[in-house]
Amino acid sequence: MAFHRITLTVNGEIELVDVPSNMTLLQLLRDKLVLTGTKNGCAAGECGACTVILDGEPVNSCMVLAAECDGAQVITVEGLAHDGTLDPVQETIIEQGGVQCGFCTPGILISARALLDRNVDPSDYEIRDALVGNLCRCTGYLRIIDAVREAASRAS
Amino acid sequence: MPETAGQTFIHTPTPGLPEFDYIKPASLTAASQFLAEHAGEARPFMGGTDVFVRMRDGFWTEKYIVNVKGLDGMNDVTFDPTTGLTIGASVNMNRLIASLEVKEHYPLLAEAAHTVASYQLRTRATLVGNICNASPAGDTIGACMVLDGTLHIHGVDGMRKEPLSTFFVGPGQTVLKPGDIATAITFPIPPAGYAAKYIKLGRNAIGDLAIVGVTALGFPDRGAPSGYRVRLALASVAPIPLVPTQAEAILAEKPITEATINEAAQAAMDASTPIDDVRGSARYRKLMVKNLTRRAVTQVWEQIRE
Repeated sequence: MAFHRITLTVNGEIELVDVPSNMTLLQLLRDKLVLTGTKNGCAAGECGACTVILDGEPVNSCMVLAAECDGAQVITVEGLAHDGTLDPVQETIIEQGGVQCGFCTPGILISARALLDRNVDPSDYEIRDALVGNLCRCTGYLRIIDAVREAASRAS
Repeated sequence: MPETAGQTFIHTPTPGLPEFDYIKPASLTAASQFLAEHAGEARPFMGGTDVFVRMRDGFWTEKYIVNVKGLDGMNDVTFDPTTGLTIGASVNMNRLIASLEVKEHYPLLAEAAHTVASYQLRTRATLVGNICNASPAGDTIGACMVLDGTLHIHGVDGMRKEPLSTFFVGPGQTVLKPGDIATAITFPIPPAGYAAKYIKLGRNAIGDLAIVGVTALGFPDRGAPSGYRVRLALASVAPIPLVPTQAEAILAEKPITEATINEAAQAAMDASTPIDDVRGSARYRKLMVKNLTRRAVTQVWEQIRE
C-alpha cells in the first residue's frame, strides 16, 4: 500500500507526516498525533464523536482520508482552549451540566463552535439542526442545547 | 505505540478502512484513463460518505480509490439567467444550500439537500455524488429529476451528457461505465410560475434516511388540458428513483380538484413497488406514498393556482 507525505496544520502546529492510503483523518489524529480527544464512535459518519474543523468547516474525521489533508488546517477539541482559557462553549457545557459520560462531548463542542462561527445568534431550531449529527446517549440533549444558547448569548 | 514526554499511552488503534491505494490524478483525462484501465478495481470518490462506509463494511474491495475532486472546474456553482444553473460535482451540500442563486431560483435543491444526514456530513457529501450513488432513497435525486437536471460525464471518449430520466438502472446501479466521471449537473431555468416541495418521511424529524420521499413540482401550462403540469418523483419505494407517470398524466389532463389530486395520489401508490426493511414495511410505504403525494401536490397546487 502506498504512503503519502503530507503537511497539515493541527491546532496551529505544523505537522509533517507519512500516511498510508487507507488512513483516515481520525486515525491520523488519534494514532499518529496522539490527539485522543477526538473520539471514534461509529466510523461511518453517523455519530459525530469524531467531528473536527477542517479548513473552517466541521466534518466527520472518520469520513476523510488523511492523504486528502495535505495543506489543510485542522482544529480538534484540544485546540479550542487558548492560553489556559476555555472556549465559551466549553465553559457553558460544564456549567449547564451538558456532560455525563463525556464520549460525545468533543464532537459536540466542535459542532457548537463551528455553528457559532457561522451564526452568532442561532435559534433553538438552528442549534438542534447543527447538532443532529452528534449523538448523545446520556444527557437527553436539553442541557447541551442550553449550553450552546448560553455560549451564544455571552459572545453577543 | 506513540510516546509523548516520556509517557507511554496505552492506546487501542482506531479501526479503519481495508487496504487500498489512494490515487489523485492531475487531470480529468488522466483520471478517466486510470479508471478505465483498472476497470473493476478502481472507484472514483467525491465526498466518500458512501464509498468509505461500503469499503469499511466489506461490500466494496477496490484496489484503487481515485480522488476526482476539484478537477477542471468541478468546484464551481454558476448561474446564467438564460441557460440556468451548473453545480460542479465537487461542490459540497453545505455550499449548495448556502448559494444565493440556488436559494433564489432553485430553493427545492437546498430544501432537499438540507434533509441529508447532518451538517458535518454535508461538508463532505455532494449533490452529484448523491445521484451517482443511485440509492433509491437518495434525498436530492427527486429534486434533480423534477428540475430536469442533466449530468455531464467525462469518459475515455471525452464529454457527454446523460439525462436523469434514463440514468438509473437499479439500486446503486447507473449507466456509468468504467472511466466515467460525473463532472457537473446542470439545470435549465425552471418553468415560469412554478412551485415545488420535497416531503420526506423519516423515523425522526431530521437526519434520518427516507422511509418515503415525495418531490412535486407544478407550474401553469396552457398546453395541458388541466392548465397545469405537475412533475413527481418518489424516493425509497422502488429499485430506482421513481417517476409515477400515470399520476402526472392525471394531473395534466383532468381539472385539478381534491378528487383529481386523490386520484393522482392513488396512481402514485399503485406505481410504487417498495420493499420491507428496517425503516418501514412495504405496505406502510405504499400508504405513505398516497398520503404524502396528496399532501405535496396539494401544497404545490395552492401556490400555483391562478
